[in-house]
Amino acid sequence: MTTDTMIADARSLDGPLEIGGATFTSRLIVGTGKYDTNEIMVDAIRASGAEMVTVAVRRVDLDRSAEGGILHHLDPEEFFLLANTAGCYTAEDAIRYARLARAAGFNDFVKLEVIGDEKTLLPDVHATLEAARTLAAEGFKVMAYTNDDLITALRLEDAGCVAVMPLASPIGSGLGVVNPYFIREIKSRLEVPVIVDAGVGTGSDACITMEQGVDGVLMNTALAAADDPIRMSHAMKHAVIAGRLAYLAGRMPSREIAVPSSPTRGMLD
Amino acid sequence: MQDTIKVRLNGKDREIDRGHTVASLLESLDLHPGMVVVELNRDILERDGYGEQGVSDGDTLELVHFVGGG
Repeated sequence: MTTDTMIADARSLDGPLEIGGATFTSRLIVGTGKYDTNEIMVDAIRASGAEMVTVAVRRVDLDRSAEGGILHHLDPEEFFLLANTAGCYTAEDAIRYARLARAAGFNDFVKLEVIGDEKTLLPDVHATLEAARTLAAEGFKVMAYTNDDLITALRLEDAGCVAVMPLASPIGSGLGVVNPYFIREIKSRLEVPVIVDAGVGTGSDACITMEQGVDGVLMNTALAAADDPIRMSHAMKHAVIAGRLAYLAGRMPSREIAVPSSPTRGMLD
Repeated sequence: MQDTIKVRLNGKDREIDRGHTVASLLESLDLHPGMVVVELNRDILERDGYGEQGVSDGDTLELVHFVGGG
């Protein structure tokens, strides 16, 4: 069985991911930042099987080649572009970046991110909520990066977000899910998809994240900063599927004593 | 009348020829209009208006595009 057949087979055991009216087969969303080269970035994204990819909005560097734009390397026909508001520290800035992103003409989706602290890159949830309300009212399909706080997640859903994206741990930290209980709690209380965004470091982190029952996972640094991004992207594709199917399958109860797997009767004298 | 005007372009003061439209300015910078979004004095411009929109002395322009990000 080839890898592709195995994945096709695994996906027949799971439904699609639906966000704001768009449908995806892969539950993995990946970023496009921090790769050594654009060629590695594109190869890694293809290896990950991700269909939705995040991009950032920045000034064109007029002193350098116009080839700096990612669309010279990434085909918007091949991938669903999710523009982010990364780097914004106020609701006003995030709204401005979101509007610029939408004017690029691809879709109405935005990954809303309003940072509150430079050291931890933790979100400013008040500013995020304010921006989410404004953008949702303007017809944006807002996927909001937030912390793992249930109340904020509920408010973001009320604000009209099409997905709520709590962090596993700080952006770029690779610490994995530091609070699986809160992630599960958020998932159990929201109607909109819950995508865990940020903090995944390696395959097991992605698997454990998906085992919490969330709808998807978004990552960038775990792939871009791996020694071999393409191999790690393959690993993440499998890890996300493994975690999702393990969640759907329903795990056995864990207990702190051993229980034999083979019959205790029928042993020889 | 001077042949050039002063504009603020992507955070830097620049002198450009008088008489530019947004479309001709982008062309002079070797930028494909479909690859950038233009904000003129904080208003986002519609792409199909680049050819008619003139650039005036003292204007502030931001030319943005998508780059890699997470």
